[in-house]
Amino acid sequence: MGGEPSGVAAGATLLDVRDVSLRFGGLRALSEVSFSVEKGELFSIIGPNGAGKTSLLNCISGRYSPSEGRIGFEGRDITRLKPNKRAAIGIGRTFQNLALFHHMSVLDNIMVGRHHLLKNNFLTGALYWIGGAQKEELEHRRKVEDVIDFLDIQHVRKATAGTLSYGLRKRVELARAVALEPKLILLDEPMAGMNLEEKEDMARYIVDLNEEWGMTIIMIEHDMGVVMDISHRVMVLDFGRRIAHGQPAEVLADPHVRKAYLGEEDVEDPFEQEAPAATPGAAVRQLSA
Amino acid sequence: MTSSLLIQLIINGLIIGTLYGVVGMCFVLIYKASQVVNFAQGEFLLIGAWACWWLLTYWQIPFFWGFLISIAFMMVFGLVLQMLVLRPLIGEPIISVIMVTIGLSIFFQALMKWMFGTFAQPFPPIFSVQRVEILGLQVQTAYLMSTAVSLAIMAGFAWFFKYSRIGLAMRATAYSQQVAQSLGISVRQMFALSWGISAAVSAVAGVVVGIVNGVSSALSYFGIKVFPAVILGGLDSIFGAVVGGLIIGVLENVAHYFDSQFLKWGNLYEIAPFYALILILMIKPYGLFGTRDIERV
Repeated sequence: MGGEPSGVAAGATLLDVRDVSLRFGGLRALSEVSFSVEKGELFSIIGPNGAGKTSLLNCISGRYSPSEGRIGFEGRDITRLKPNKRAAIGIGRTFQNLALFHHMSVLDNIMVGRHHLLKNNFLTGALYWIGGAQKEELEHRRKVEDVIDFLDIQHVRKATAGTLSYGLRKRVELARAVALEPKLILLDEPMAGMNLEEKEDMARYIVDLNEEWGMTIIMIEHDMGVVMDISHRVMVLDFGRRIAHGQPAEVLADPHVRKAYLGEEDVEDPFEQEAPAATPGAAVRQLSA
Repeated sequence: MTSSLLIQLIINGLIIGTLYGVVGMCFVLIYKASQVVNFAQGEFLLIGAWACWWLLTYWQIPFFWGFLISIAFMMVFGLVLQMLVLRPLIGEPIISVIMVTIGLSIFFQALMKWMFGTFAQPFPPIFSVQRVEILGLQVQTAYLMSTAVSLAIMAGFAWFFKYSRIGLAMRATAYSQQVAQSLGISVRQMFALSWGISAAVSAVAGVVVGIVNGVSSALSYFGIKVFPAVILGGLDSIFGAVVGGLIIGVLENVAHYFDSQFLKWGNLYEIAPFYALILILMIKPYGLFGTRDIERV
């Protein structure tokens, strides 16, 4: 979990967000936010509650349509593309609140994530055994098993998702998003509400996804210790504006960031203290909660 | 003598109940996918039965092919209806959409009367034997076929939603459209598909009832009868629709028995399901298998 950017193919921009503004009636949720994410990067978005982090993620995943600005993915303008089409071209996501299909089994939950990769449509599906749909399904099962192995959820694969513990459900949700085989995965507070052990596990999965599976990751997270530890670059939002942007150390040193988090400049600074191993970023978490 | 009549009526109830169950499943399918209470469900039976009747009598097509063609036609009909009429209404208040389905129901009933007349038309004879005796009970061959077809449809539904990709995607959509979209599922396609499947399967029930009773606008009465069944089972439970259908079918016939033997009111058969409907709404408004609280935090 080195803080230094590793494995970043310089110059290959995957996602390019230009001057994106989002208004709900008179409320400005986002004001001219610009940033770009390189292929292979682990990029974090932080900021106080209500800063517009999730709104920004929703603009990228297509749930919201920005009022102004454009969003490019692999050099293609996707600003007006439908959410399901964005998933199909390689943008996966998880949600802040648990969004599992909790009456389905873990396996079925993850299989839904394979939906867009299935070539068989309704008609060939009706000719299940003849049209090769069965063979295709077996291949998908294999890929799904890879994802299940990676996230260590073999022991609950047949369980109904709704019966699992919170931490496990978060992991299953990540598995479902990974099963899409996205190029870019958007994680909205993947560690919220987890205990320390679960957080460490989740941080390891995220780093492995990035380094071993080569996925580009954009993550929103409140746990400053984890964010600073694993991110290559960090962007800070406050009141819908980008107030800082850069490598973790630069962002930490930025006076705007301190002001946004602490309200005043001359309060004792939680970033100064060495993040204790037991509760990484706890002080900041309390302030931002 | 009277007890054997009761048994006969209960068997009838179960047979007709499986048909209610099938139509109920179709109704629930649309409700689950798009939260629309479809008042035009009965007209799907009507149109499907008329289409099949027309192919059989006018074009003299063998029953098997006429049946398949009318199912295929109704599939397309449901898809097109959703795309042309209901898709533009997405985002409108759900009560407006429900009103539109009432309008569709009236429109298609009138259209069918205009095209095929107001009299009931019998199907050409399909089975060489009209009735068979099973364990001393008289059962119409057509009803035997209807039960077999209904059970096959139920098994098909179960397989479809449990194991097929599209079925899984439809369940995902019913649970959360937003999450389904984030996983690359086209919610519009799933809506259209739910209407297509619902119309096609309803047409099967329409043809079966048409074979027994003849084709007339009375068929669309099934769309109303299905309400007590699905509300009893729970509006959003496909399994509940089947159980509700069976219960209502049996209830109807038992009511008929008591009416003809003791009460002599003469119309309890028609009314009993709706008494049951009111009772269920008072006691258990979410039905036997429905989701108690659909809202989530």
